[in-house]
Amino acid sequence: MDVSNIIESLKLIKPEIAVSASLILVLIFDLIFHKDKKLIPYVALLGLFATGYFVIHQFGTTGFGFATKSTFKAFGMVTVDSFGTFFKLLILISAVLVLFFSSFSDEIKKTTDRLGEYYVLIFGMILGMFLMVSATDFLLIYLSMELLSLSSYVLAGFTKLRDRNSEASLKYVIYGSVSSGLMLFGISIIYGLTGSTNLYVINSLIQSPQINVLALSFALILVMAGMGFKISAAPFHFWTPDVYEGSPITITAFLSVASKAAGFGLLIRFIKTGFAAMTLNNGYWMLNPIFDWKLIIVILAILTMTLGNFSALWQNNLKRMLAYSSIAHAGYLLLGLAVFSNQGIAAILIYFFVYMLMNLGAFLIVMLIADKLGSEDVDDYDGLGYTSPFLGISLAVFLVSLTGLPPTAGFIGKLYIFSALIDAKMFVVAVIGVLNSVVSLYYYIRVLKHMYLVKPKIQPVEIIPGLSQKFLVLLLVVPVLFFGIYFSPIVELAKNCVVLLGF
Amino acid sequence: MNNIPIEYYLILSALMFAVGITGVLIRRNAIVVFMSIELMLNSANLSLVTFSSYLGNSIGQIFVFFVMTVAAAEAAVGLAIIIAIFRNKLNVNIDEINIFKW
Repeated sequence: MDVSNIIESLKLIKPEIAVSASLILVLIFDLIFHKDKKLIPYVALLGLFATGYFVIHQFGTTGFGFATKSTFKAFGMVTVDSFGTFFKLLILISAVLVLFFSSFSDEIKKTTDRLGEYYVLIFGMILGMFLMVSATDFLLIYLSMELLSLSSYVLAGFTKLRDRNSEASLKYVIYGSVSSGLMLFGISIIYGLTGSTNLYVINSLIQSPQINVLALSFALILVMAGMGFKISAAPFHFWTPDVYEGSPITITAFLSVASKAAGFGLLIRFIKTGFAAMTLNNGYWMLNPIFDWKLIIVILAILTMTLGNFSALWQNNLKRMLAYSSIAHAGYLLLGLAVFSNQGIAAILIYFFVYMLMNLGAFLIVMLIADKLGSEDVDDYDGLGYTSPFLGISLAVFLVSLTGLPPTAGFIGKLYIFSALIDAKMFVVAVIGVLNSVVSLYYYIRVLKHMYLVKPKIQPVEIIPGLSQKFLVLLLVVPVLFFGIYFSPIVELAKNCVVLLGF
Repeated sequence: MNNIPIEYYLILSALMFAVGITGVLIRRNAIVVFMSIELMLNSANLSLVTFSSYLGNSIGQIFVFFVMTVAAAEAAVGLAIIIAIFRNKLNVNIDEINIFKW
């Protein structure tokens, strides 16, 4: 690896460099101006916009950075392609929105003395996620996942004065460390079998018949456990409701969208670069037959969405209900992956874009209501739709969109996932997915029932959001409705972004 | 390494991993759980080093350096969180950390 290679590689990771620079900038700013912390959010926002500039410039760029061995010059630790850039953009948009959420959240406002750390850790999460979606080497995969995890463990328990915060944090750290330990053991076995940690090299080596398939599939299951933890897929989802309920709402919103997006980006890239022998002309992937990939992903997906939807049915806490709903959404997204085609990946990208808008919106409304009400319990929402019509109607839009009904954007996301399934002739799976959406209707509409139809026992409080809060809500409501009717921009963007480097 | 076959190292590593997993599942003290997690990471380290030596390339040993660093960071964060729990509850028994259920 010579100097010119390093310089070329550094050009590919400009967004990551920008994030790291902003992280250090916020940290130094916090140290210098520790008396007055009002400016820190603006510095952080500035850093995000600078990163955004580099991310948008990266669209269309493809390349491999930081090659590990001179003989495999083409294959690096970092792969930059439009697929990864799309996820980076998604992560960045949700980070900007979460920054705005944080400036409204009462929970975060109370911790003024530690505000600098809060933003530094958010940047740590963003850096981890950026590296996750472009990592093609087990070393980088492990390190970026840990970077994301360590930052989010601390943020989950950030307002540590409350019992439930530290409980969420402890549960997160235990589940997270165990799953990363499992993944690491899997990586060590794969390294032993192939002698490399680079996914491209592993891909070319596992096609030889000398590989012990049993050991390899055992190792793969361990690695998938680590990734399944990040996307909260079914057998590894136990942390999700507890952590989502206990964390500050801003962090819950960020975890449910950005962290999940990064996990999916990593999982898709891992399967595609590590195990796809070739991509056929019609967009379908030929995977190495180590085990039945399709069956495993389909089972995971069905398990995930069924468990998520059915557990959400009897949740009274809205944050917990949204946590289970986010598990269910991970299930729908896995269905898109189970197709193993470029069409399925495009559907996932469309779905993620929509999911970001509607899920962040739902969490924003819950946060605004919880700040005034002091509770996230659905029983306390009785009659709220009449006293605070703006929030009520917005929440209704987000929940209808999460169900996947027209004319909201959620419908478009589901439509593309299911049409990808139908095109791949997976009719039974598609029917199970649609039936699951029907189940989800019950618990989303139950919130609306409480807001509009249940007679309140006490006079419900009137919640009037400020002008900037209203603007932020509209910033999410309008796209959810708009993209439900005019969705070709997202579809075009997603179709252009299914450029996944690999075989 | 020339005298001891590779299987011995791998069996030891697998045993350590199993002990770690068992510890996480059955122990009730949060600190012991963290010790078990460290054991899991170290078993992975052992097998990485073994393979590295056996295959004659250095990737595995470099990997271990990173894992050790991350494990230290993880232990630091974990212990800080345990202290936060201890301040609220005055014990670190996992059975009693149960505000959230289903």
